[in-house]
Amino acid sequence: MLSIHNLHAGIEGKKILNGIDLEVKPGEVHAIMGPNGSGKSTLANVLAGRADYEVSHGTAEFQGKNLLELSPEKRAGEGLFLAFQYPVEIPGLNTINFIKTAVNEIRKYRGQDPLDAVAFLKLMKEKMALMNIEQSLLARSLNEGFSGGEKKRNEVFQMAMLEPKLAILDETDSGLDIDAIRIVSNGVNKLRNKENAVLVVTHYQRLLDYIVPDFVHVLYNGRIVKSGSKELARELEERGYDFIKHETSEVETV
Amino acid sequence: MKSEIFPVKSQDSGNGLSTIEKTVFSDYKYGFVTDIEADEAPMGLSEEVVRFISAKKREPEWMLEWRLKAYRHWLTMKEPGWANIRYPRINYQDIIFYSAPKQKINPKNLDEIDPELKKTFEKLGISLDEQKRLSGVAVDAVIDSVSIGTSFKSQLAELGIIFCSMSEAIREHPDLVKEYLSSVVPLTDNYFAALNSAVFSDGSFCYIPKGVRCPMELSTYFRINAENTGQFERTLIIAEAGSYVSYLEGCTAPMRDEHQLHAAVVELVALENAEIKYSTVQNWYPGDKQGKGGVYNFVTKRGICKGDHAKISWTQVETGSAITWKYPSVILKGDHSTGEFYSVAVTNNYQQADTGTKMMHLGKNTKSRIVSKGISAGFSNNSYRGLVHVSRNAKNARNFSQCDSLLLGDKCGAHTFPYIEVRNNSAVVEHEATTSKIGEDQIFYCNQRGIATETAVALIINGFAKEVMNHLPMEFAIEAQKLLAVSLEGSVG
Ligand SMILES: Nc1ncnc2c1ncn2[C@@H]1O[C@H](COP(=O)(O)OP(=O)(O)OP(=O)(O)O)[C@@H](O)[C@H]1O
Ligand SMILES: [Mg+2]
Repeated sequence: MLSIHNLHAGIEGKKILNGIDLEVKPGEVHAIMGPNGSGKSTLANVLAGRADYEVSHGTAEFQGKNLLELSPEKRAGEGLFLAFQYPVEIPGLNTINFIKTAVNEIRKYRGQDPLDAVAFLKLMKEKMALMNIEQSLLARSLNEGFSGGEKKRNEVFQMAMLEPKLAILDETDSGLDIDAIRIVSNGVNKLRNKENAVLVVTHYQRLLDYIVPDFVHVLYNGRIVKSGSKELARELEERGYDFIKHETSEVETV
Repeated sequence: MKSEIFPVKSQDSGNGLSTIEKTVFSDYKYGFVTDIEADEAPMGLSEEVVRFISAKKREPEWMLEWRLKAYRHWLTMKEPGWANIRYPRINYQDIIFYSAPKQKINPKNLDEIDPELKKTFEKLGISLDEQKRLSGVAVDAVIDSVSIGTSFKSQLAELGIIFCSMSEAIREHPDLVKEYLSSVVPLTDNYFAALNSAVFSDGSFCYIPKGVRCPMELSTYFRINAENTGQFERTLIIAEAGSYVSYLEGCTAPMRDEHQLHAAVVELVALENAEIKYSTVQNWYPGDKQGKGGVYNFVTKRGICKGDHAKISWTQVETGSAITWKYPSVILKGDHSTGEFYSVAVTNNYQQADTGTKMMHLGKNTKSRIVSKGISAGFSNNSYRGLVHVSRNAKNARNFSQCDSLLLGDKCGAHTFPYIEVRNNSAVVEHEATTSKIGEDQIFYCNQRGIATETAVALIINGFAKEVMNHLPMEFAIEAQKLLAVSLEGSVG
């Protein structure tokens, strides 16, 4: 579904990603961990097509298409979704209106008719129940004055509405209370099937207790320096990143 | 009218600019010219021309005298220079001050209107055929200088409502016209108002009798068609005690390389317990991407809450014109009267807008509310200018002003000039202002949800302008939303 080869990217001349290789297959969950500033959000943004980042080297293929050639909205149309680490506020733009536009723009991209008000409302009610989100929140301006947790809930709600092929969750768990993590994770798990995949960026083992990963990768200095099973996450939780840093510096000095 | 081409450098907008700054040209949808014969005054302005116009309109002597008084006063005045706008000198001798489509004057009914003219309005989405009209909207259509027809007239007449062209009102309802014309905006009020008084050729007149709630939106549609002409229309709305009316004006003009002058005067009179809601969707030709051509829009709009508990509410969506100079105001004379001003002004490319309001608190317990949303893109300049005046006897006056500016790109300007004069210390006057930019991150967020940049910008600006748009009559709100998007098309990408 997603294959990344030797991807290098940076911003304003600063190199951030230094050769990423990653292969995600349908039905899989991959977790990406790594210290602050290691490049996790950069990777997510580059995949989503944020124009500020320049890709200097490497390839990324998504469902057989050259991802790097597509505009961000086309990537979304192809089924790529990013739950932002820091969702933006758009004052005055009604959240439901925004989501309805998104749903119908993506349908248009796929050659489907737009959902009418009734069908949209039905879908919305269903996903609201799934993600346990209040309509009063969605009636407000997009993310404006939302608490940190509410913003994250709104991100996963949008994911549920758009039913992406590949969902990238960038620290969706940070800011969520204990109950919310459970609710959101259950929602994500219910949406999982053989055809779609999830890439979770997180600092904490707790989320991975709920959304159980098939693979865990450690990103350090813009490179995946270690990959393993879900046990790797547990090991990191216990030992911190230091042992990884040591290992890599040993590798580099060899 | 002819004047110098706007002095701008041609710029390659595609080079070295960030995505937000890239400006591409969006076509002005209403820029066609209708091929109709016109009956015109000689070029330029003189006492002769004023007499010519008055004679053309078969006006009574008192009206001619009124015009001449205005003209003579205008000669003593100077064009105002205080607004935050730049334009070459207007040569008033290069303008044709009267141009009327050559058709039978005073069509008895709408079937008699020249089919070419009818087609023009159809193209604009305005059908003069009553069967095809938007339900519940009566329209008066004014092309160049002359009203060419008013729909739903008889239905309104049953309620005693008069809705007709200004020319007709002068002939048919001289007492009302004499009593109220220039009672709110005196002949001598300002340069452009004096000019308008001398040469105005038509406009709409509207009278709502005591206690009547006008059952439909009244609407006037203005269009400049002929070359080198100015448009000078005059609107007068009188709402008797306890009455209500909602009125909407719309306007477009062909695309021309020369600038065209538009200097209108609108007067509103609301008596005791009456309410007038006046909405404008101004979409005069803004000029091209380099600032060539476009309408100079110098307009005086003022209402008076003459009786106690009267209310006047201005809502405007200003997207067109090369220059907009306009300050719809309310004189709050009656006790407990209310004035409101809701404005969205969009400027793109080289457009300039200096617009705002005056709220004159004279009566006791008067209230006013100002919500101004300026959106600037391209190389444009957008200024809010407002005055809140509380006079010595205006006990317990209340004002709230909110002025927000939204910038697209960093080559445009947004300015706020709020003036506050308080002569009574029981007044409470509040002013809030914000300036923000459409961020790349907001656009990217929308893009990531499958929404292309143009649509994203439309969503963001409509969100920004929502508080004002909500005050437009429903029938027009959606059109106005689209218009906002269209006027900024290509300003981000
Ligand atoms: N616009 C930018 N300008 C300059 N440096 C940037 C920019 N965006 C990211 N960086 C830098 O790139 C590096 C990687 O940032 P990134 O946000 O990808 O880290 P992260 O792994 O997501 O960190 P965290 O766990 O704190 O979210 C950081 O050093 C950051 O400061
Ligand atoms: Mg991050």
